[in-house]
Amino acid sequence: MDDRWTPEHVLSLSPDAASRKAASRLSAPAPWTGTGSDDRALWGHCQGSGGSPYRTVVDLEGPAYQCSCPSRKFPCKHALGLLLLWSAGGTGQDRAPDWAAGWLDARREQDRLRRERPRGEPAAAGAAAGGAARATAAGRLARRSGRVAAGAAELQVRMADQLRSGLADAPRQGAAAWGGVAARMVDAQAPGLASRARELGAVPASGPGWPSRLLEEYGLLHLLASGYGRVDTLPEALAATVRARVGFTVDTAELLRGPLVRDSWLVLGSSDSADERLTTRRIWLRGSRSGRPALLLSFGRPGAAPEYALPTGMLLDAELAFHPGARPLRAALGTRFSAPAAPPAAEAVPPGLSLDAALDAYGRALEDDPWLDSWPVVLEAVVPLPGALGWELADHTGPQPVAIPVDRRSTPDSGLWRLAAVSGGRPLTLFGECGHRGFTPITAWYPDGNRIRTLGVTA
Amino acid sequence: MTCTRTRPQNVPAQNRNPQEDGQVGPVWAGLDRPEPDWPDLVTAALLGTDRRPVPALLDLAATQAVARRAGLRPGPAAPLPGAAAADPRPPLPEAARRRLTMLLPARGGSGGAGSGGGAGGGGNLANLNELLPQWLAAAGRHGYRCPAPLVPRCWTRPGRAASCGRTRWPWPVRWACGWRNATPTGASSCAPPAGDSPEPDRQLWQEGLFAERVTHLTRLRRRDPQAALALLRSTWSSERAEDRLLFLDALQEGLSARDEPFLEAALTDRAKNVRLTAAELLSTLPGSALARRMARRALACVVLTGTADGARMTVHPPTVCDPEMQHDGIAPASPTGRADRAFWLGEIVAATPLDTWVTAYGPPEALLALPVSDAWQQDLLDAWARAAVRQGDARWARALLSLPSRHRDGRSTDAPVPVPVGSAAKLLAVLPSEEQADWSAAFLADHGLADAFQLLVACPAPWPRGLGRAVLDALVRAAAAGGYPWSHSGVIGVAERALAPEAADELAALAEHTVPAWPRPSPPGRDAAAAGRDARRADPRARPEEIPGPR
Repeated sequence: MDDRWTPEHVLSLSPDAASRKAASRLSAPAPWTGTGSDDRALWGHCQGSGGSPYRTVVDLEGPAYQCSCPSRKFPCKHALGLLLLWSAGGTGQDRAPDWAAGWLDARREQDRLRRERPRGEPAAAGAAAGGAARATAAGRLARRSGRVAAGAAELQVRMADQLRSGLADAPRQGAAAWGGVAARMVDAQAPGLASRARELGAVPASGPGWPSRLLEEYGLLHLLASGYGRVDTLPEALAATVRARVGFTVDTAELLRGPLVRDSWLVLGSSDSADERLTTRRIWLRGSRSGRPALLLSFGRPGAAPEYALPTGMLLDAELAFHPGARPLRAALGTRFSAPAAPPAAEAVPPGLSLDAALDAYGRALEDDPWLDSWPVVLEAVVPLPGALGWELADHTGPQPVAIPVDRRSTPDSGLWRLAAVSGGRPLTLFGECGHRGFTPITAWYPDGNRIRTLGVTA
Repeated sequence: MTCTRTRPQNVPAQNRNPQEDGQVGPVWAGLDRPEPDWPDLVTAALLGTDRRPVPALLDLAATQAVARRAGLRPGPAAPLPGAAAADPRPPLPEAARRRLTMLLPARGGSGGAGSGGGAGGGGNLANLNELLPQWLAAAGRHGYRCPAPLVPRCWTRPGRAASCGRTRWPWPVRWACGWRNATPTGASSCAPPAGDSPEPDRQLWQEGLFAERVTHLTRLRRRDPQAALALLRSTWSSERAEDRLLFLDALQEGLSARDEPFLEAALTDRAKNVRLTAAELLSTLPGSALARRMARRALACVVLTGTADGARMTVHPPTVCDPEMQHDGIAPASPTGRADRAFWLGEIVAATPLDTWVTAYGPPEALLALPVSDAWQQDLLDAWARAAVRQGDARWARALLSLPSRHRDGRSTDAPVPVPVGSAAKLLAVLPSEEQADWSAAFLADHGLADAFQLLVACPAPWPRGLGRAVLDALVRAAAAGGYPWSHSGVIGVAERALAPEAADELAALAEHTVPAWPRPSPPGRDAAAAGRDARRADPRARPEEIPGPR
C-alpha cells in the first residue's frame, strides 16, 4: 500500500483519550528500534520501562495488533505509536523479521479459513441437528413474539389512558412516569418500545413547543405498537422495519450469508457516542455506483476501540449485507476486497443535494419508514452560520436564500466553530443527517491550498 | 426552527394508497377526508379526550406527525455576512500541522460532547503555556497560515496573532459574543471589536463578572489610560478591597503623572494592601511627590563621605518609622523578622528613584565599588536591586550583576559580595534577552548547574545558541563527574522545552557518543544524552525540517 494512513485515522483507532495521548508520546523515533514495514504490516521494538523491549506488530489488513506488553487496552499505545511513526514516514521498507512474520502468517491463515467457513458451514452441519436447533429457535422466537405483542398492547392502553386525562400534566409527572413503562417494555423483550417510551418522559422538558412534539411522539409510538399488533399481515419489508423498530435484532452472520451488495463505498463520515457501558461508532457509507446509503454500527466496550475504523473520504471496495426493511440503511460489513483508497482527484468532493432536495429525501424515506428521525444526505454549497435563533445552514445560490437549522443535540459547540472556520463564510459540501429536528453535521469537505480535506464535525 | 412547515403538497406518502402496501391501520388512509388541524389535535391532547373527544386521536396524530415531518421546507436565511478574505499565506507543512494538533488542548471548547480533559492530541499545560507560544511564534516568523479547522482552538492562545492572522479568524468571532471573555488580555492587536461602543462597556463594567471587569479595564487602559482611570474612579469607593487591589494593579500599564492624584489618595485607603500597592506604583513614577519624599529620606540615610582611605558610603538607617513614612507605605514593624531598621532602610531605598543617587553621588558603577559602613552593605545592595527591578533600570541592573565577576577576579575580601541568584534572575529580566542569555551562559560556565535553575527559567525560550550550548556543556560535565541525573531534573525539564530546534543535531551527536552512566532499568537512564533525546521528542517547534522557510 503506497498510501500511509493519516494520523487522524490512526488516532481514531485508539480506545480512549489516554491512549491517544500515550500514543502521541510514542510516535517519535526515540523509543523504537528495528522498525520496518511492508505493504501489509509494520513492526518494531519499543523500549518501555521494563528491561526488554516490547515487540509490536500491526497487520494493516483488519487492522489487527499484536504486542508483548501487558496492557489490557486494545490496541495498546505501542501499536498506535508505531502506526503514528509509520504514518509520518518514520519506518523504512523492509521484510518482516521472523518473529513478526510468524504471527502475521498465522493470522492470515486463520482469516482465510474464516472467510471460507461461512459458505461451507450449513452444508457441513448435520441436517437433523440443524433442524432441531432451528425448531428450538423458532419456539423461542414465538414465545418472545407473544410477550412483545402483549407489551405493545399494554403500551397502547397506557397511552390511551394518558390521553383521556390530558397531557397538560406531563411536565409535572416528569420522566419517572414513563420509566416504569419502559422497564415493563424491557421485560416484554421490546427494547425499541422501551427506549421510545423513555423518550416520551423526556419530551415535556425539551423546551417551548413540547406539546406538539409530545403528540407527534405519541402518534408515532402508537403507530408502531399497533403496527406490531398486526405485523403478520404487513408486507414483508414493512414488517421487518416494524420488528426492527420494536427491538428484534438480526443475526449478522445470518445476514452475511446474503444477499450481498458489492460496491465501491465512499466513507462519508463517522461519529462516536459513548455511555458508561458502551462506545457506539456509526459509520456512514454511500455506494459510488449505486448511490445507496448505508450505516455501519460498531461497538466497543470501554477501553477497547469499536471494531471498525474506516477513514472518512476514502473508497472501500467491499460487500455489505443490508438489514431487511422497507427502507434499508443499516448494514453489516462483509468481505473487503482492498484497503481503503483515496478517490480520484476529480471526485474528491462527493456530489450533494440542495436543501430542498435534502428535505425531500427525508420525506421520501419517511414514506417507507415513518419512524425515521433523520436520513443521511450530502448537502451542496451550504454556509454554516451562527444566527440569532441558533446555528443554521444557509444556501444563498438560489434566487431566495434559504436555510435549515442545525440540530445541536449531538454536535459540540467546538465542532460548529471549526465548521465555521473552514467555511470562512464560503459555501462548502457537508454530509450529515437531515431530520425533523434539523441537520446534524458530520463531515465537511473543504479546499486547503490545492487539496481537498475533510473535517469531522463531531470528532 | 428555521424550517417552515407547509401542508405537504407533493410528498409521495399521501399519494400512495397505503391500504395496499402498509396495513398499519387507518393512518395512511386518513388524509383525504376533512380532519381536525394539528393545533386542534394538540389542544385536545392537552385537555384530554374526556373533555375534548376526538375519535382516533392517536391515529390522526401519527398521520399528521409524519405529514408534518415529510412536509418540512427550508426557511428564509439570515443575511450572509461577507466571506473571510482569502489568506494568501502558504499552508503549514504536514509535519508542522501534525505537531500543532498535538500541542493544542483537547477539543471541545464550551460544552458539548467533545469536552472532557486530555482528549485529542494530548495538549497538557506545559505544552500550552510554553511550547505552543514558541510554536506559534515560529510559524508566524515563517509566514504560514493556521489550518482553518484549528483556528478556533488557536485563537484563545496567547501569541496566536502571529500565525492565525487577522484575515480569517475574526470572521466567526463577529457573532461570538460568548468568546469575549475567553479572549486573553494579551491580544490587544487583534481584540474582537467588543468594546467599541461606550454603552455596552459601561454596562459590562457595572454588571460584569470580576474577571470580565479586570479584562475590560486592562484593555481600556492600553487603549486610553485616562479613560480607564476615569472608569475606575467612577466606582472606586464601592469596590471591595480585594477587587480594588487588582484594579490598581491594572494601572501599572501606562502609568503616568496624571495618575498621581488618584494614587496619592489611595495611600490613605482603608485596606493595607491597596495602600502598599499605591505606594509601589507611585515610587516607580520618577516625578511623583512620594518618590521625592523617599529620595529625601534616602539621602539622609546614606551619605557619601570622604575619609583618609578614600570615599565610602556611610549608612544611618532611620531609628523610628514616623507617621509620614507610614503614610508612604512603610510598615511600622518588619513583617519578615528582619531587624526593623534594616527593613525601613530597604523600603526607603527600594522606593527611591535610582537617578537620585546618580545626581547626588555619581554613576552606579562607581557607587557600587565603594566600601559601605557597618555591615549595611548587603541591605543596601538588596534594596538597590529591588529598585532596579521595580524601575526597570538596565544600567543599574547591569552594574549590580557585574559584581560577582569582579569578586572572582581576585580583589580583596572587602569587595562587594555577589547578589543572590534569586535577585539576579529578576535583574536579568530587566536586560535585553540576548544579554540575559549571555550572562546566564557565563554563570553556567563558572558555577555549573547547581544554582542555574532560577536563571534558566527566566530566560526567554527558545534559547539562543550560546546559552543552549552552555547548558548542554554543563549537563555533559555533570554527567562526566558522576552526578546523579535526577539531581538536575529541573534543568533538564527546562531544557526540554527551551532548547532551540537547531540544537537537535548537537543532541543527536551527544546521544550517539554518550555511554549511559547509570544502569538502565532503575531509574531510566537520564544522562545528558537522554535529556537530549527528550528535548527532541518534546520539542514542539518541531525538528528544523518541519518548518522550512517558504521558498
